[in-house]
Amino acid sequence: MLKFVTDKDGVKRYLVSLKVNGNEYTRMVKANSLLVNFLREELDLTGTKKACEQADCGACTVLLDGKPVNSCMILTINADGREVITVEGLATNGKLDILQEKFIEHSAPQCGYCTPGILMSAKALLNRNPHPTEYEVREAIAGNLCRCTGYVNYVKAILDAAENQ
Amino acid sequence: MYLPNFEYFQPDSIEETCQLLSQFGSKAKLFAGGTDVIIKMKKELLSPEILVSIEKIDQLKKIEYVPGKGVVIGSGVTHNDLVYSELLHEKYLSISEAARQMANNQVRNLGTVGGNIGSAVPSADLPPILIALGATVKITGVKGDRTMDLEDVFIGPGKTVLAQDEIITEVVIPDQKMTGSNYIKFGLRASGALAVVGVAAAVQVENNAIKEARIVLGAVSPTPVRAKKAEEFLKDKKISDELLAGAGVIASGECVPITDIRASAEYRKDMVRVFTRRALRKAIDEGHA
Repeated sequence: MLKFVTDKDGVKRYLVSLKVNGNEYTRMVKANSLLVNFLREELDLTGTKKACEQADCGACTVLLDGKPVNSCMILTINADGREVITVEGLATNGKLDILQEKFIEHSAPQCGYCTPGILMSAKALLNRNPHPTEYEVREAIAGNLCRCTGYVNYVKAILDAAENQ
Repeated sequence: MYLPNFEYFQPDSIEETCQLLSQFGSKAKLFAGGTDVIIKMKKELLSPEILVSIEKIDQLKKIEYVPGKGVVIGSGVTHNDLVYSELLHEKYLSISEAARQMANNQVRNLGTVGGNIGSAVPSADLPPILIALGATVKITGVKGDRTMDLEDVFIGPGKTVLAQDEIITEVVIPDQKMTGSNYIKFGLRASGALAVVGVAAAVQVENNAIKEARIVLGAVSPTPVRAKKAEEFLKDKKISDELLAGAGVIASGECVPITDIRASAEYRKDMVRVFTRRALRKAIDEGHA
């Protein structure tokens, strides 16, 4: 059951607990709080980007219980009791994830705005399917629009990361 | 982008969900994956005061085979649950493949079967293949359950037979006589595009003849529609390229597409002709009923 308090204007705030990048957070949020805004504004995790905000571009992609989703479409309440991984959660102990290393090596990011989202889609793919084909890589990042249209090096970098992880 | 204020309910049971929907009436909106409702709220096309979420109702998230009934798909099952379901790979690969063509991976992890049906978007990818396989839906409201053919659920764009207190709880694919089925879609891009035309076909092949066929056209009428004259035309005929092409011509006369930003009505009609032929051919050659 969701617990809530009602403020003097009659607006309800609900108690949510979620794990983000391994840390537990408990907060009171309004029902209309979107996960992308919660991550960026409440937790200062601004690596997750906002662009189209209608589930077309994938800039806001995070992993929710391991699955890539558009955080602009998710109510913070929906993440109650669940685990979120953002781009900030990829590096461990100051060491970049192999995907991040390969993105740098292949000069995959251009303006870089789509990069966090592509990293998260790629991470989910490799977790599920460690040896994807090029088609599977392209399918996995098809929900991430690169406005610089620089898909080729992203695909190379992800395939390289898969081979060397 | 921010959403206006609303209240959120997360009932544990179907019964409670229906009661809340009934109690709050038009102020309330049913909420599942959110990929339709949240976008409409952002665009101010919807402004519910209350969202009633089925998120916590686990019984709606199952895909299972029930002997004597068929494959039962809960309405809270996501598109990617269909894509990765081993049961569907074994029994209805065509449903997994249709689901895989919807939107993109992130949206497929959120959007649900019930939402894809309930939002009644004419270009939705799941209804054509489900209707081709003779799917029925179970609809539950405060007064109880009713079961109907999926094709009878749709009334027009965004409109279904569901009453305010009713929700779709399951989709049932009955055991088949059909030997093959397929859904093919034409969108303007390979991913993240609505269908300009989507055609599903299911066929029962015996001795190189079509005993029975079902053809369902998506995105070319206010609702998904059966091409019944084309189905009748195919009945008990020897399979040939000419026969399938003939069915395509007939099917293209059984839809009433609109012209919009994606394609003209004429183009859609002609694509129905081509895609009906191809969907039939794939259903015949590849099986996967």
